[in-house]
Amino acid sequence: MIEIIAERFNFVIVIILMMTGLYAVVATGNLVKRLVGLSLFQTSVFLLYITMGKVFGGQPPILPEYSEGHGENDAYAGEAAAAVTDHAAEAADIAESAASHGETVHHAAEAIYSNPLPHVLILTAIVVGVATLSVGLALVVRIRESYGTIEDEAINHADYAVDSARRNT
Amino acid sequence: MTEFDWTQLLDYALMGMLLAVGIAIVRLKNLFAAVMLMGVYSLISAAWFVSLDAVDVAFTEAAVGAGISTVLMLAAMLLTAREAEPVKAIRHWAALIVVSVAGAALFYAVGDMPVYGDLHSPANSYVGMDYITSTPNEIAIPNVVTAVLASYRGFDTFGETVVIFAAGLGVMLLLGLNPGKKKGDEE
Amino acid sequence: MTPHLVLRIVAKLLIPLIVIFGLYVHFHGDYSPGGGFQAGVIIAAAVILYALIFGVENAKRAVPTWFVKFLAAFGVLLYGGTGVATLVLGANFLDYDVLHPDLAHHSGQHIGIILVELGVLSTVFSVMMAIFYAFAGRAPDIPEGEW
Repeated sequence: MIEIIAERFNFVIVIILMMTGLYAVVATGNLVKRLVGLSLFQTSVFLLYITMGKVFGGQPPILPEYSEGHGENDAYAGEAAAAVTDHAAEAADIAESAASHGETVHHAAEAIYSNPLPHVLILTAIVVGVATLSVGLALVVRIRESYGTIEDEAINHADYAVDSARRNT
Repeated sequence: MTEFDWTQLLDYALMGMLLAVGIAIVRLKNLFAAVMLMGVYSLISAAWFVSLDAVDVAFTEAAVGAGISTVLMLAAMLLTAREAEPVKAIRHWAALIVVSVAGAALFYAVGDMPVYGDLHSPANSYVGMDYITSTPNEIAIPNVVTAVLASYRGFDTFGETVVIFAAGLGVMLLLGLNPGKKKGDEE
Repeated sequence: MTPHLVLRIVAKLLIPLIVIFGLYVHFHGDYSPGGGFQAGVIIAAAVILYALIFGVENAKRAVPTWFVKFLAAFGVLLYGGTGVATLVLGANFLDYDVLHPDLAHHSGQHIGIILVELGVLSTVFSVMMAIFYAFAGRAPDIPEGEW
């Protein structure tokens, strides 16, 4: 049992993060904070998908076009921490070496790559997620202008008041 | 004697930071701080994506999540409220029950998930790996993710572009692009 | 001495570099991590930086709202138009191989992918700008003193 959990430890952490986001959605009354919690939940779901696509000993799914492809293995493993800012350097290296060789060397059979399919799906999901987040925020702004508040208790009270006033007239 | 995998240590550090930031977001009342921490959460997730070999996704998450999303949430916060008001205690308990039930169900399912990093799990067999082997022959570009996104799965990306356009249209219809929509003008 | 002098000068240096980096990411999407989505967001970030420092009115003079609206629709049109062009040339919808006769190096795929990602870049950039203009151009209810 402990072994099962230890082999799938990443999934456990991601589930805890998802539940944190869900708690933020259910337990707050403030609409903007709810959207923040929803965004937290969404990012954790992305982490779950990408965790499923990871392969031990694998590289990012970018095929090398030069025969010294295996020298890049250490580079990818070692710079995970600040690698987000180092993308320009990596990208420049790969573009240079791709341009210097005329033909593709088929190294795909020898090296192991991480699964590219979840990456594609999550790329789509991230951008669509921010688009729908913006629609949600636009709705919250309009709610604020109509009701004067963005706490859901106060909005419900205002709606009940309007409803009962309409029923009494 | 297997050597110690230092990247695992990095993974644990990132996980710890994500948990800390997530709990802080839930507990904060000041919306400005919550939105800023959301940007930090996105950036740490982007770092974890790089550790998981998903470089394209990390790039997009850093640009979109930590960049644009933070700006939009700040702009919305500017127009609405600064602080979240406290809610009744019963609501916290109800939320805790919901989260525990959902979390328990998910934990029960973790046993059926594939082992982390398995090359032969069902998710990593079949189509996903076939794309890697057939991209040099059919599309001849090194970045497999772009090849799949723009060529093999081009229809999906078309649909996604239309969805983004529709979302932009929705925001334009709700809020309008031109100035002069001050509250006094509409009355 | 205008206020925020350091911010203004650094922004004037950085914004063209950010736009060039965005275009670089787009054109090198075939060879390195990148593509239309990331590039669109990066270029939008450059214009938003300009709007934050020099004011939304000046940003609306640099990138006007009619242009943003046009570009959003143009991006989707470009993507669909590439598909229709492949239909007209005799192949299936979005089958890029017919766009260029060199089938040994799959140049048609390169052309198709660049065009399609350009459509995605246009739409993503203009939608991010439209959303920013919609939020930033609205007058807030809450007075500044309550911060």
